[in-house]
Amino acid sequence: MNAPLLATPVPASGCDAPPILRERGQREVFCGLTGIMWLHRKIQDAFFLIVGSRTCAHLMQSAAGVMIFAEPRFATAIIEEKDLAGLADANAELDAVVERLLARRPEIRMLFLVGSCPSEVIKLDLSRAALRLGQRFAPQVRVLNYSGSGIETTFTQGEDACLTALVPILPEEPAGAQASLLVVGVLADAVEDQFRRLFAAMGITRLAFLPARRAGEMPAVGANTRYLLVQPFLGETARALENRGATRLPAPFPLGAEGTTAWLRAAADAFGVADSVFEAAIAAPRERASKALQHSRRALRGRRIFFFPDSQLEIPIARFLSRELEMELVEVGTPYLHKEHLAADLALLPAGVQLSEGQDVDRQLDRCLAAAPDITVCGLGLANPLEARGLTTKWAIELVFTPIQGFEQAGDLAELFARPLNRRAALEV
Amino acid sequence: MQLTVWTYEGPPHVGAMRIATAMTDVHYVLHAPQGDTYADLLFTMIERRGERPPVTYTTFQARDLGGDTADLFQRAAHDAYERFKPAAMLVGASCTGELIQDDPAGLARALGLPIPVIPLELPSYQRKENWGAAETFYRLVRGLAGPHMPAPGTARPARKPGEPARCNILGPTALGFRHRDDVRAVTDLLSRLGVVVNVTAPWQASAADIARLGDADFNVVLYPEIAGQAAQWLKRAFGQPTVATVPIGVGATRDFVTEVARLAGVDPAPVLADAASRLPWYSRSVDSTYLTGKRVFVFGDATHAIAAARIASEELGFKVVGLGTYSHEQARDVREAAARLGLEALITDDYLEVEAACAELQPELVLGTQMERHIAKRLGIPCAVISAPVHVQDFPARYSPQMGFEGANVIFDSWVHPLMMGLEEHLLGMFRDDFEFNDGAGSSHLGHGTKHAAGRPAPVTDAVERAPVVAAMEAPVLVAERPIVLSWAPDAELELKKIPFFVRGKARRNTEKFAGERGISPITVETLYDAKAHFGR
Repeated sequence: MNAPLLATPVPASGCDAPPILRERGQREVFCGLTGIMWLHRKIQDAFFLIVGSRTCAHLMQSAAGVMIFAEPRFATAIIEEKDLAGLADANAELDAVVERLLARRPEIRMLFLVGSCPSEVIKLDLSRAALRLGQRFAPQVRVLNYSGSGIETTFTQGEDACLTALVPILPEEPAGAQASLLVVGVLADAVEDQFRRLFAAMGITRLAFLPARRAGEMPAVGANTRYLLVQPFLGETARALENRGATRLPAPFPLGAEGTTAWLRAAADAFGVADSVFEAAIAAPRERASKALQHSRRALRGRRIFFFPDSQLEIPIARFLSRELEMELVEVGTPYLHKEHLAADLALLPAGVQLSEGQDVDRQLDRCLAAAPDITVCGLGLANPLEARGLTTKWAIELVFTPIQGFEQAGDLAELFARPLNRRAALEV
Repeated sequence: MQLTVWTYEGPPHVGAMRIATAMTDVHYVLHAPQGDTYADLLFTMIERRGERPPVTYTTFQARDLGGDTADLFQRAAHDAYERFKPAAMLVGASCTGELIQDDPAGLARALGLPIPVIPLELPSYQRKENWGAAETFYRLVRGLAGPHMPAPGTARPARKPGEPARCNILGPTALGFRHRDDVRAVTDLLSRLGVVVNVTAPWQASAADIARLGDADFNVVLYPEIAGQAAQWLKRAFGQPTVATVPIGVGATRDFVTEVARLAGVDPAPVLADAASRLPWYSRSVDSTYLTGKRVFVFGDATHAIAAARIASEELGFKVVGLGTYSHEQARDVREAAARLGLEALITDDYLEVEAACAELQPELVLGTQMERHIAKRLGIPCAVISAPVHVQDFPARYSPQMGFEGANVIFDSWVHPLMMGLEEHLLGMFRDDFEFNDGAGSSHLGHGTKHAAGRPAPVTDAVERAPVVAAMEAPVLVAERPIVLSWAPDAELELKKIPFFVRGKARRNTEKFAGERGISPITVETLYDAKAHFGR
């Protein structure tokens, strides 16, 4: 009953793949702990306890400080000298910290022990700690663990690691269950609801999102699960889901009118949705998206853009900016390039675009300054120094903290890039 | 292990970064994993620096751990030297770098770079940011000024008659609480006393400047947390006395002027008679009567907390009900200051403990750090920030020192304004049932919407934007003036609530305008998004 899986252009993988500059050096990118910033807002009864150093705690508050409107559901158990002396003591200390924490926050239903660089280096076994604490606090609190350490994860990979930790506890779909659609990756609640409505309009009702908003509502998975990734950085999560029998629906990522259409179509095709039904479901919002993009096109058309690596969203965003807003791509840097998951997006990039993977920040700055792009996407450590050199920048982190997926957000995504240019044009000081 | 929600200080290598970044030609090579580069944004975002901090991170990864991370360090140090050509280099490790025990000191020495290389041992699992800054500054001063030290027992040559006294200003760093402006205030004070500043360090100092610290007659230590240790060594090595009084507040500034004048052999009277000092008169003016006996809770680094307690009790007539610090190294000084006020000092770096103490004491004003601002907001108490840890707001565009007579003026304003608005509180109490001036609206000096049952910050702007709308609907006169009542379908209303509170009011207005112009009723989810697309952003 399934129609051909994908109607959008798929790359003839390999032969015309763009050249990739691979670099190794200083990376000006956050570690995976930073993902806690959005994960703790998404799963509303989960708490994230980093087992790490003062540096980890300092990172979290420096990166998040201004964004917290409520008491955060994350904290750090700071390893001290005496914990380094003996791991047995460290485990006892950790148990005491967790006890104090759960007593203070009785509403917590899921606790993530999050590994860090120091906990990985001293080989503190957080999976055993999670097991031990899980038994102690069951059934009230489920205890899981993952690593957000900088020696293993880059920025958004923290979300990948967290979702991967969730996969083994997802309920099993019965063997004979009807096909279901699983949308994987953290989305803003409003965006999730928009997609839910669009899928409902297509008649896809066996639908769930990972992660769910509450610990007790995590979706089931099984051999008849088809899943769509909303983020390009979920490689390990995808692998874990496939081990549970789920099948990935290849698609470009749902950024912009074109990307969102193709992403939805991948599901529509897999679920045998008739073309007329699909068209009827998306016509109005797609039209709105195209209209909303017009607001920014004037500012962006023909402008040259340079991406420093940050969130792994660079390639789909570059695809959106080049195809829907006619921007020119100078260099598209990404911390890690998952060729398989990004195949559809890569195929839509203009020929000969310079991609780079990894980073040597000093060399990349040399290239950026030499190219003098109209706008540069970079992290917070580089933005003001580049502005001071006369370049216009866009903070990459905003692309992660702002809802950008789907039709209704296409205009917002374009606006994020138009605003710095409009601002520079407006200022006369 | 210590359970930490917020931390008052970063790790010690961030202290070292504050020293390196303050200086003009020193580079810091840090053996650290990816992610530790977050510290750059403290300087580029919070302090709004237009340059990256002069730090190279080796960025080792898990896969390097079995291999040669030592080689990685050497390459990074070598490349950093070639690229940045610093006059001196600091080398060390962050918390993870420390665990892999690669010995940055020995590795850097083996490179044989043609500049002074100063190794830093900063134990990350015992020490914190200020200690790291102090240790780094001390190592730099020893390393660069040490070679110019006179033979032990040599007497300092006397100043020639008529030659002005010279001093060093020690302690201001990058990312310091008002350090930029304090340097200017103190330099100005010294120049009015006829004292020449030999070197200010580490703020905008070069490695060569550090080497000539010994040329001064004495040292002014602005922040003992950072420069105390270096000043002690300079005293031993060069026989330079230290001015230990920190000139924050009118009384302390007067003491400072007197102490400097004595060391410089000049008359302090003209400077002490400074008419620019407004705090004494403002504090005596009748308008300040209501400040009398206001209960204040003081918490911060040792320097600022001690100074704040003195100003509060002696210069503003407040009653200090709590005094504490997160600076364990300076705990003794804070305990003594607290004892003089009949208090027991709170010495802790546990935010939850400070919160508990503050809640129990029920002060009328909190003088603290950005952390206490959180606490005060939650408890609905006015607050002024007196100390690091810093926030982008602590780097005001205007000149806004804490030190000297002008600093005291700034302090008067910034502490009293949150209380001055207290008048509004009385009015809120009197007109509790006023339809637009009600209890729920909260007083303006407390931020928005601070009075809420759960003790959590409310979705603030919502309260501000929505309250007048609701109130207007309830006022019969105004209802009569509304020609059409736009109705919202329940699912559209729900959808609207999903829009972040700080733009929700605008979204509602735009959607209603859009629907009104087109005669759409009720407003549906589709209308909401049609309007969104219509107006753009």
